[in-house]
Amino acid sequence: MSEEQQIDGGRRDMLLIATGMMGAVGVGAVAWPFIDQMQPDASALALATIEIDISSLEPGMEMTAKWRGKPVFVRNRTPEEVEAAKAVALADLKDPIARNANLAADAPADDANRGAGEGRESLIVQLGVCTHLGCVPLGQAGEFGGWFCPCHGSHYDTAGRIRKGPAPENLPVPPVTFLSDTQIRIG
Amino acid sequence: MSGHSTYQPTSGLGKWFDARMPLPRLVHDSFVSYPVPRNLNYAYTFGGILSIMLIVQIATGIVLAMHYAANTAVAFSSVEHIMRDVNWGWMIRYMHMNGASFFFIAVYLHIGRGLYYGSYKAPRELLWILGCIIFLLMMATAFMGYVLPWGQMSFWGATVITGFFTAFPVIGDWLQTLLLGGFAVDNPTLNRFFSLHYLLPFMILGVVILHVWALHVTGQTNPTGIEVKHKTDTLPFTPFATVKDAFAMLLFLLVFAYFIFYMPNYLGHPDNYIEADPLKTPAHIVPEWYFLPFYAILRAITFNIGPIDSKLGGVLAMFGAVLVLFVVPWLDTSKVRSAAYRPWYKMFFWLFVVNALFLGWLGSRPAEGWYIPAMQLSTLYYFAFFLVIMPLLGLFETPRRLPNSITEAVLEKTKSKGGAAPAAMPAE
Repeated sequence: MSEEQQIDGGRRDMLLIATGMMGAVGVGAVAWPFIDQMQPDASALALATIEIDISSLEPGMEMTAKWRGKPVFVRNRTPEEVEAAKAVALADLKDPIARNANLAADAPADDANRGAGEGRESLIVQLGVCTHLGCVPLGQAGEFGGWFCPCHGSHYDTAGRIRKGPAPENLPVPPVTFLSDTQIRIG
Repeated sequence: MSGHSTYQPTSGLGKWFDARMPLPRLVHDSFVSYPVPRNLNYAYTFGGILSIMLIVQIATGIVLAMHYAANTAVAFSSVEHIMRDVNWGWMIRYMHMNGASFFFIAVYLHIGRGLYYGSYKAPRELLWILGCIIFLLMMATAFMGYVLPWGQMSFWGATVITGFFTAFPVIGDWLQTLLLGGFAVDNPTLNRFFSLHYLLPFMILGVVILHVWALHVTGQTNPTGIEVKHKTDTLPFTPFATVKDAFAMLLFLLVFAYFIFYMPNYLGHPDNYIEADPLKTPAHIVPEWYFLPFYAILRAITFNIGPIDSKLGGVLAMFGAVLVLFVVPWLDTSKVRSAAYRPWYKMFFWLFVVNALFLGWLGSRPAEGWYIPAMQLSTLYYFAFFLVIMPLLGLFETPRRLPNSITEAVLEKTKSKGGAAPAAMPAE
């Protein structure tokens, strides 16, 4: 047919490519809201800060608060526990990084960097979430007298550092602000 | 295999339909006149049993969704409401709960049948892969369903399993937050799991249709592993396979009913009757029994492998244990399908079965003491079976003499039954 000879191949390709690209952009633009809606919503993000009163914490006591749906351990350690944590050489640690959100990302995991800072060495604030698969470790348990995760057998020492078992990292220290000596803010 | 259609509509209505949408013809050709090998044994009835279990789960699930509420404030009590207040709610929930377990019993036997008789070999690779996809979808569905009652095991099982994703470098934490819809398992997680738990069974149904389609293109394998050659090798699906399948289904459902009515909580975990508490982990978290072998593999990797730390290693090994099934058709180098004619493969296969059961038992134990090296050895054999034994056996094993046809195999067997029992009768 004579009509067929008049088809402009270049024009056809141009139409095909332009339509295809427009379609791909459209699919991507529509797909993103469907993926993004799965991210934490405004109400979940709104719970990102809590304040805790720690005035009742005697040495050797621990309290648990809930932050972003996860437990936070606040522990007032005994002098023996602090000494035990200080006596550990960095080379013996499975994870030598402090994992403290208040410090530089590569700060070493010595006891001072794990605790609540100058003058508050006995206090340690950390997420009670095992870095293996997210169970809540038990306090004053395990081979190092710190925390022990019952799920897959991770042992943490008295500074919350991973010493034995499958967990890869130390218990994370969340962002902490001391509003006064007895009032702290997390987040 | 499927020759030309033998469907002959007799009634006027039948003819009217056949000219417009030949659905009765499709059913007739697929489930009535469809030729099946004449030597199928009861190991071949689990496909039918699985279809029944899928229907049971969908039917009971739709009913449960009418009474259940997916909100962390009321989910746990809405399940108790089903158990105590809803008419027949206790029975329908126990059917659904034990139905999941029996679905997995049937699927493991079905997969075991495939591995024993070499059902995955050419030209049935795609059939096998579709089956593997169904298995993956089943695992996802079962996991999300277990979260819905919002008990302690629901919550902590969800925490541990979504925790797997944090093992992946760079995107891990983002991915976990995306799955959970928050920083921990909470109401958004429960809601989306309910939505997906309702969706996935219908996706399974879709893949099952593809699975059956692929089966009906290549035809079924059989205990000899020899392809159908003559018309005498086959029998029509109805009544022969229909009755055999129906009889096996009844036996299976009888055991299922025994569990529902006499030991409904035997396969569950008592901790799931305690409401979820995000601040308290149960002393001993275990998944449902059907995930235990994979759970043991996860926990077997307690050491770093080069740049891969133990956590990522465990997660990769666990996913790998399922994904390795997908490539089985290319790992097995033997030209002979059925283990009945492969003395060495048969031995390694049964060792694999024992090992898988042992892994399951280990999965229920705590990760301490001698259990850990035992998990590691068992994991090693699990992977060695697929990655070393399967490829090598095809090269070194001398198979037994194969009969020339299915008919010959059947006749040989009948003959030997009549006379003195020969020592070397191939076992099934």
